[in-house]
Amino acid sequence: MSGAAGQSATREVKVGERLPERAYTPDNVQLMLYNAALWNAHRIHFDEPYAREVEGYPGLVIAGPLLGDWLNQCVEEWLKDDGVLTSIEYSNRIATYIGETLVSGGTVSAFDPSTGEVVLDVFIRNEAGDIVAPGVATARLTVS
Amino acid sequence: MSALLSEELLANIGRTSEPRRELVTRRDIRKYAVATGNRQRKYLDGDQAPPMFHVPLFWDVVELDQLTPDGVSIDTLLPKFPLEKAMAGGLRIEYHRPIFPGDWLTATRTLTAIYEKQGRSGPLIFYEVVMDIVNDDGELVIREKTTRILR
Repeated sequence: MSGAAGQSATREVKVGERLPERAYTPDNVQLMLYNAALWNAHRIHFDEPYAREVEGYPGLVIAGPLLGDWLNQCVEEWLKDDGVLTSIEYSNRIATYIGETLVSGGTVSAFDPSTGEVVLDVFIRNEAGDIVAPGVATARLTVS
Repeated sequence: MSALLSEELLANIGRTSEPRRELVTRRDIRKYAVATGNRQRKYLDGDQAPPMFHVPLFWDVVELDQLTPDGVSIDTLLPKFPLEKAMAGGLRIEYHRPIFPGDWLTATRTLTAIYEKQGRSGPLIFYEVVMDIVNDDGELVIREKTTRILR
């Protein structure tokens, strides 16, 4: 169990440490596969004339939970096998469209070496530099 | 007393959906991992489900005539709200146990809150839906809270 006397996290983490960034440029194929995996038939994700002419979007809308998934990936790729993701919360603030390149990243905002608990601020950023999906994740590093 | 939210509407708080039980398969995990651009072998091979795999696992499967013309399925847990334009919402997910192919998981959704706030350009309605996902031993695997804003 975590938090027992004298134990500490097996990996050293510093508050302020940045998570590696990753760029995603999803195309129609990836967006189709994602929505097919969900069984999501919302036209704004695959019917471009509908998205533009009926809903007034500038293009095909990237599904919000796909950005949420990337936040999870960002934390897990940083964690490697040194711990587990325990929670995440995020919101989709700004819509994103096929053709955009989006970047995931984050920063360690708190760390308790005795329990291995880490808090991370994570984000998806668009090319204009806006945070389109901010989030906060928690993870628990292995202690021994 | 809220301006927008009638007693009748608020009486929907606590409403719960029928539990849904679904099987986790290696193939579905692989499809999801590929489609999300995941780079971890254990997910791409379907040995374990990545975070957020519960999203495809419990997405509503309805018959064609139950989809709206824009391809959306109606969420029958929700009452009709006096505001309908959806704004950005948020999600909070707690991961309690890992998910593996062969697991049977059961999800139950509860409408846990409806409240009103004054926004910059008028009133906003917030609602929250909690989805609890348990395994066949009744252990909590994932708890997800969705918050949606209507204007």
